Amino acid sequence: MLIIEQAAYDAIVAHARRDHPDEACGVVIGPEGSDRPERVVPMLNAAMSPTFYEFDQDDWKKLYDEMWDNDEEAVVVYHSHTATEAYPSRTDVAIAQLPTAHYVLVSTRDGADSLTYDGPVEFRSFRIVGGTVTEEEVKVVTAYGETGEN
Amino acid sequence: MAIELRVPTILRTFTGGEKLVTGAGDTLAAFIDDVEGSHPGIKERIVEGEPAELRRFVNVYVNDEDVRFTGGLQTGVKDGDVVVVLPAVAGG
Repeated sequence: MLIIEQAAYDAIVAHARRDHPDEACGVVIGPEGSDRPERVVPMLNAAMSPTFYEFDQDDWKKLYDEMWDNDEEAVVVYHSHTATEAYPSRTDVAIAQLPTAHYVLVSTRDGADSLTYDGPVEFRSFRIVGGTVTEEEVKVVTAYGETGEN
Repeated sequence: MAIELRVPTILRTFTGGEKLVTGAGDTLAAFIDDVEGSHPGIKERIVEGEPAELRRFVNVYVNDEDVRFTGGLQTGVKDGDVVVVLPAVAGG
């Protein structure tokens, strides 16, 4: 199960809407081994594409080094699909290389990118390990601690 | 002194969970072979093909330099160097 704070959830959805029709991508960082996503870091999609995303390599290296020095990790890796459902594509599965991460997908299809869109935005989370996709529950909390979770 | 390898989570199954391992060699290729000797299986997750090349979605840095710009697997390495294997994050 992914437990994520409302503010982080909202930031991911806002980023996906902002970059629509291109795919948005980023990470939510937390202490290594904590399984607790705390800090949203939007990444530049170097592919600038409606059908592909790739973290800008220099930015990713810089962030990776920072996380290493601080004993942090990418607890969540998120990206958006802009015309299809929020489910990992074959490409997503083939390239996924972070077995400890929650892979979050958001879909901005069918007008969900619009700020006036008042329906629910698809926001789903998966584990992708060894080519196998496993969906998991998403639990949004106001803040860690208040619920006794984590 | 030795050469350090920062192991990404996906490769720690080959290092018994260790995030830092060491090895020796004059080139990146020799260093990876040396690490493969102590941690069998790790090499083919970093390089592929014959002659071996870096995998498409794996980036390797020696002291913060992307080896794709410094000679690839023939990049020279020496004691005290830090090698980072950085999995690309990408998809569709």
